Amino acid sequence: MDTVLRIENLHKSFKTGFIPKRKKILNGISLEVQTGEIFGYLGPNGAGKTTTLKCVLGLIFPDEGNIEIFGQSNLSAQAREKSGFLPENPYFYDYLTAVEFLSFYGDLTRVKKEDKQAQIEGLLKLVGLEHAAGLQLRKFSRGMLQRIGLAQALINNPSLVFLDEPLGGLDPLGRKEIRDVIIRLKKEGKTVFLSSHILQDIEMICDRVAILVNGKIINQGALQDLISEKVKVTEITISGIQTKKLEGMGDCYSAQEDRILLKVFEEEKIESVLRLIQAEKGKIHSLIPRTETLEDLFVGAVKQQ
Amino acid sequence: MKIRAIALNTFKEAIRDRILYLLLFFAALCIIFSRVLALLTVGDRAKIITDVGLASISVFGVLMAILIGTGLVYKEIDKRTIYTLLAKPIQRYQFLLGKYLGLLLTLFVMLALMTLIFLVLILFHRFPIEGTFFIAILFIFVELCLITAVALLFSCFSTPILSTLFSLSFYLIGHISWGLETLINKIPQGGVKFLAHILYVFLPDLENFNFKTEVVHHLPIPPKIFIYSAFYGIFYSVFILALAMMVFRRRDFI
Repeated sequence: MDTVLRIENLHKSFKTGFIPKRKKILNGISLEVQTGEIFGYLGPNGAGKTTTLKCVLGLIFPDEGNIEIFGQSNLSAQAREKSGFLPENPYFYDYLTAVEFLSFYGDLTRVKKEDKQAQIEGLLKLVGLEHAAGLQLRKFSRGMLQRIGLAQALINNPSLVFLDEPLGGLDPLGRKEIRDVIIRLKKEGKTVFLSSHILQDIEMICDRVAILVNGKIINQGALQDLISEKVKVTEITISGIQTKKLEGMGDCYSAQEDRILLKVFEEEKIESVLRLIQAEKGKIHSLIPRTETLEDLFVGAVKQQ
Repeated sequence: MKIRAIALNTFKEAIRDRILYLLLFFAALCIIFSRVLALLTVGDRAKIITDVGLASISVFGVLMAILIGTGLVYKEIDKRTIYTLLAKPIQRYQFLLGKYLGLLLTLFVMLALMTLIFLVLILFHRFPIEGTFFIAILFIFVELCLITAVALLFSCFSTPILSTLFSLSFYLIGHISWGLETLINKIPQGGVKFLAHILYVFLPDLENFNFKTEVVHHLPIPPKIFIYSAFYGIFYSVFILALAMMVFRRRDFI
């Protein structure tokens, strides 16, 4: 696979305060994104995710380090011609209609005049905004703005798309719709660089992730390599059995009067639990083996730092 | 193409600014008020109407250039629309040039409207319209080009309030700097004279664009003078724009 984005030893600091003092934001970031993958860039608030993206897009200049997009400098027009960007909490020219807005952004790229109309219609359909084509952006809801923002990022049919917190502030339905669009982009062969702190979404759609804490990448790789498939705990919901009979099997929690949630940490004890329930004529409502999640990995990594 | 797109979008944005219409309203009021002033003053009515009318067009044009120009780039940074723009394959100088030309287009339309109001007043009084009148209007526009460049320069690194103060100072200094020439002629040779000379060279002389006296008193304008003024305006504007581009080129958008 080809490398579409290469970041090497990226450092960035800002001067802050009345008496300017340098504050390091990025501390030697290095990563590579391969063609056709969805790359998750994870980190808590203030870790430096947006700063990295701004460096990549040439909105700020790094103190040190090298950034290449498709083997060219990130500042070159050719590199930008092949990439698209949706910022966090986007604000756009609210006096423009959706079509005027996309047409304006189309004029800033190499979209051919004769293809522009079809491109705009296709994008509005892709993000589910065909009904709002003639509506001014000031009348758009937060979710609609996010979707039109995604459409402007795709106006030049880019091969690499940078999305900064694209799912932030959206309702569950909106999140699902944007997730579906991202998966569709991957199917079309595009590479997606997704910066977020919503772990469930990243876990659901990303091929590889990098975890950023305090301006440093502390872990990166394919999700299946990072997360262990070993069962950490088995959760069994039982009824028709007394709690004291389950003592020593695991941790018992009783949320409802007749139901008990039993967390079994040792795999070898599960068989004994099942035999006991059968003997006591109890009922099993669910049995869920829990493996390590991205959240466990993330929380563990952040705590370690 | 990209510069044109940004310029047209800037025009669409600026033309929606209410402050523009407020200033246009007051400009129209002042131009019409020149008629009242002409009635109350001893002297040639035509001269008073022309003088007050041209001065109103000039002052309100400058106010429009400063009040809109100073917020032009700042607003894009503040509202973060610049993030998506500069992530597209455009150079920063193209963005600035687009903004500049968009505002010039806005000012051109406003200047045309103010001139139209003024011409209606002149025609209403059946005063003759001379060619020099249009030269005076043209040089008001040249002055606006320079003031817009200055407002844009300050807008690249400062807040709108500070940029407005800086730009207004530039305008005021530009209209009184000619006094230095008199001073240079009066003081004896020496360090002070040399300093005054240096200051005179670097400070803007916006009186180069003022042809109101020639229009009011029907004085001829030698071509040499308005060619010099045109070149002065163009080169000064290009110099200020180049400065703005240098400031903007390495700016971090945090």
